[in-house]
This record gives sequence, C-alpha cells and structure tokens, in this order.
Amino acid sequence: MNAPFFKFGLFGDNVSLIMAFLIGIGFGFFLERAGFGSARKLTAQFYLTDLSVFKVMFSAIVTAMVGLFYLSWIGFVDLSLVYATPTFIVPQVIGGLLLGFGFVIGGYCPGTSAVAAATGRIDGMVYLAGIIAGLVAFGEAFPMVKDFYYATPMGQVTLPELLHLPYGLVVFLVVLMAIGGFAGATWVEKSMAVKKGTLRA
Amino acid sequence: MQATTESLTADRVGALDKPAAVRVPQPYWNPYLAGFGLGLVLLAAFVIMGRGLGASGAFTSLVAAGANAVSPEHAKANEFYAEYLGDGTKSPLMDWLVFEVLGVFTGGFISGVLAGRVKQTVEKGPRVSVGTRLAFAFVGGGLMGIGAKLARGCTSGQGLTGGSLLNVGSWAAMMAIFGGAYALAYFVRRQWQ
Repeated sequence: MNAPFFKFGLFGDNVSLIMAFLIGIGFGFFLERAGFGSARKLTAQFYLTDLSVFKVMFSAIVTAMVGLFYLSWIGFVDLSLVYATPTFIVPQVIGGLLLGFGFVIGGYCPGTSAVAAATGRIDGMVYLAGIIAGLVAFGEAFPMVKDFYYATPMGQVTLPELLHLPYGLVVFLVVLMAIGGFAGATWVEKSMAVKKGTLRA
Repeated sequence: MQATTESLTADRVGALDKPAAVRVPQPYWNPYLAGFGLGLVLLAAFVIMGRGLGASGAFTSLVAAGANAVSPEHAKANEFYAEYLGDGTKSPLMDWLVFEVLGVFTGGFISGVLAGRVKQTVEKGPRVSVGTRLAFAFVGGGLMGIGAKLARGCTSGQGLTGGSLLNVGSWAAMMAIFGGAYALAYFVRRQWQ
C-alpha cells in the first residue's frame, strides 16, 4: 500500500472531509490536553515562567518529522506528494512578526483560540472575531498589498535543499536542537521559579 | 491558604446547581506527552491526506464565502477571495481545513469536558479589566489574521506542519513568530502577569 492514501486515490473528496473532521478532533483534543485553551498558559512562554508552548510544539514537530522520514525511507510514503507551501521569504518573515505580536497581545493563535472558544473562554471567542476582522481587512486591501505578498519568491524549497545537506542529517540536527532546547527550557523554568521565590534553589 | 479554601468552596457550591462540567479541573498533561500525541495526529494527516494541519485557512474560506454572499461580483474581482472561491462549482465551505477546524472545536470541547475545564470565563492576569482584555483579544486576533495571510499560515500550518516538513519559509516564519512575541511581551505584561 502506498501513502499518502488520498493522493493515491484510496478515497475521494467526500471521505477526505470526514478524515479532516476526525484529524481535527485529534488536533483539538491534544491542544486542550496541553492546556492550550488558556491564554495565560500560552503567553507564559513569553515571560519564561512556563515553556510548554515550545515543549509541545517541538515534541510534535520531532514526532511527525522523524515518523515521516522513516516512513519515506522504507518507501511507504512518497514525500514529494506531501504538500508544503512555497516560500516567499520577506512577506513570510513580516507575517511571522505580526503573528507573534498578535499571539502575545491577544493570547492565542488561530487553532488554540478555537479550543479556547470551545471550552467557554470569552476572550477566545472575541479573538476569533478579531481574526475574521483581520482577514476581511487583508482581503479588501489585497489589490494594494499584492506586490508585497508575492515578493521574494524562492519556490518550494526545504532546509536540506537550501543548505545542501542530506535530508536525514537535517532531521538529526533538528532532533538534537530540540533535545537541547528541552533541557534549556526546563533550566529556564526552574531559574524563573527560584527568582520569583516559588521554588528554593 | 485562606483564599484557596474559599475558591474551592465556591467551586463546590457552583457544582451543585450546574451539571458535571463544573468541577475541580484536572491538571494538564505533561507537555512532551501532549506534543507526542499532537505529532502523531500530524503524521496521520501526512500519511492519510498528504497535507498537514492548519487553522487560519479555514477562517479565510469563511471570509471568502461571506464576501461572495454579500457581493459575488466584488468577491470574484478580488484575486484573494477568488482563490478560495475556486470555479464556483462548490461552496468554499466544503473545504478540508473548514472541516478540520470544526473537528478542532469538537476535540477541544471533548477534552475540556472530560477534564472538567469547560467554563465560561475570561483568561487574563489579575491587573487588567475584562473590557481591556477583550479589546486586546480582538486586536491580537486582527493582527494574527493579517499575519497569517502574509506568512501563508499560522502556528499550525507553518509552525507545526511546515516545521516538520523542514520547509524554509515555515522555519523563517516560526522564528519570526517567537521573535515578534518576545519583542512585544514586556509592553503587554500587565495583561498576563
């Protein structure tokens, strides 16, 4: 059997929407389990008191990245059929900065605000309304920002291609970086707790 | 200690006139365990669909559908909406990300109910009013909406999905997300700390 299943025609568009719903349930479930329905838990990342955002994000990235690497290596998944967005480097960095501002000002990102709203957080619901307003503003202004939106195209490019390194080596380096990051994050959390007097040195 | 006892009692009293949803919430999962689960869901999306997780795209479909309902000519003339409207043979809401995000609401609710965390409340620090917090939530959401379009995705689509695919633009966007949030954190600290 070959994967991705949908790309090999194992099921059609209608079934893909059912898959979407089921996969979304898993996504929302684990976000909520991690505590990401709470803006205070999420933003603690940026005050260094609780680095769960980094820990959860990078354990998820490492799990999916390593899993996909091995499934592709044994020939089960055709990696070239897994969709990744093409790179437009400058607008994406500016967009990323705006996302960061929106995250620390509003307390959520789109996925986590959905979980917050679903678990009764009024601020999560208002945040969703803000996203809609932002998208309408962007949509209406699109003719004016179009040139910038398509600026600095780099095509569909991965880090191994950009750095001329083997795919497996970059996977390994990201895993090492994540493990180092986890140890660093735990150390930072402890130091902050000692500083705040909630933990004795 | 006194305050803790009082708030616990308040929760218990509340539990009497409300159904099972209101009780002492369970602790959150270990972040590595939750992240591993999230990673498996993402891997499943890659294997089953050949695409990853996302969130902001679903809201764009909603906005495009809204623009199309208000004025089809206006929506069709705008390249941004037009991309989400497709050839018009099916509703922009019959979209993969729309159904995935409906699942996110559902999965979040299921987990929240099971852990006793579904509660009508506003997440904020003690030094800020509810009105200010909600105004900030709206502004933050707006910035996120604009940023997600320029970045071609949000923390889910670029961070998790693009990150695990080692996509160049995704890693650049992800670092910018953390950089932007840390750069501004000091100025909005009263809202949270």
